[in-house]
Amino acid sequence: MEADAAKLIGAGLAAIALAGAGVGIGHIFGNYLAGALRNPAAAQSQFPNLLLGFALAEATGLFGLVVALIILFVF
Amino acid sequence: MAATAEQSGSGLAIDPMHQFQVQAIVPINIGGIDLSFTNASLWMVIGLGVIALVLLSGPSRLVPGRLQSVGELAYEFISGMMRDILGNSGRAYFPFVFTLFMFVLAANMLGMVPYSFTVTSHIIVTFALAATVFVGATVIGFIKNGPGYLRLFVPSGVPILLLPLLVVIEVISYFTRPISLSVRLFANMMAGHTMLKVFAGFVVGMGVLGGWAPLAMMVALTGLEILVAFLQAYVFAVLTCIYLNDALNMHH
Repeated sequence: MEADAAKLIGAGLAAIALAGAGVGIGHIFGNYLAGALRNPAAAQSQFPNLLLGFALAEATGLFGLVVALIILFVF
Repeated sequence: MAATAEQSGSGLAIDPMHQFQVQAIVPINIGGIDLSFTNASLWMVIGLGVIALVLLSGPSRLVPGRLQSVGELAYEFISGMMRDILGNSGRAYFPFVFTLFMFVLAANMLGMVPYSFTVTSHIIVTFALAATVFVGATVIGFIKNGPGYLRLFVPSGVPILLLPLLVVIEVISYFTRPISLSVRLFANMMAGHTMLKVFAGFVVGMGVLGGWAPLAMMVALTGLEILVAFLQAYVFAVLTCIYLNDALNMHH
């Protein structure tokens, strides 16, 4: 196999990490919504935690994207 | 966008990485070290200018004007966040965290202006900020707690057999803090701007008839990116506070 083709396949595989970020973000927002509907009074106080969890979950997926970009542009 | 279109090796009509290139505006070379004033430096200066405009907009009035309201809003936002996380012990560090938040926010938001340069999409900028936070928090932890700060690596209430493993994991997780803090901001900014550029390429590529669908998508994505720009600045400040909290309030 050519090295270029292997590079592209590797970058594509590394981008699969974003699936985990999708699952994580969906989980966070789904659970927040479920909690907020059960106890709307407490929802507002937990909004910063929601944003923090969203950003943390998104970042783990983006680490995979960084690996993909490193494979594509650095090697 | 079409003005920057050029043929790249990967087959795309528009090179999505072109926007991240650092170009020297005023080349300065002192003793073999490249100290050029680049477009990155220019946008950092513009960012500082915007912050100064918001925070120092004339004499402060009892009934605030528009710019003063924005400044007060930002101040209240960060000081409230620090009160929640650090309590009263963190008041001394408010200027640092507020400066950090405002700089990252200004850099992220200015990056959303078309044809601008996103300072925070470069790992070296975000890593310098994160390394400052990491070294600062570690030094403060050792000053406040002495050698007792090392107890941070020994979680309480675990079986003695597991302890060697857990201490190693805690040490590794402590030293990856600056890396995860910087890569989070950098990756979010770079991925977002690359995505916008790729979609912009679709708009140009699909022509007048078909280009409307990706254009509508672009509008939605731009909204999302503005949200992310704010969110990442906020997360950077929150995590700085959490790291400071480890150093300041060890006994909970």
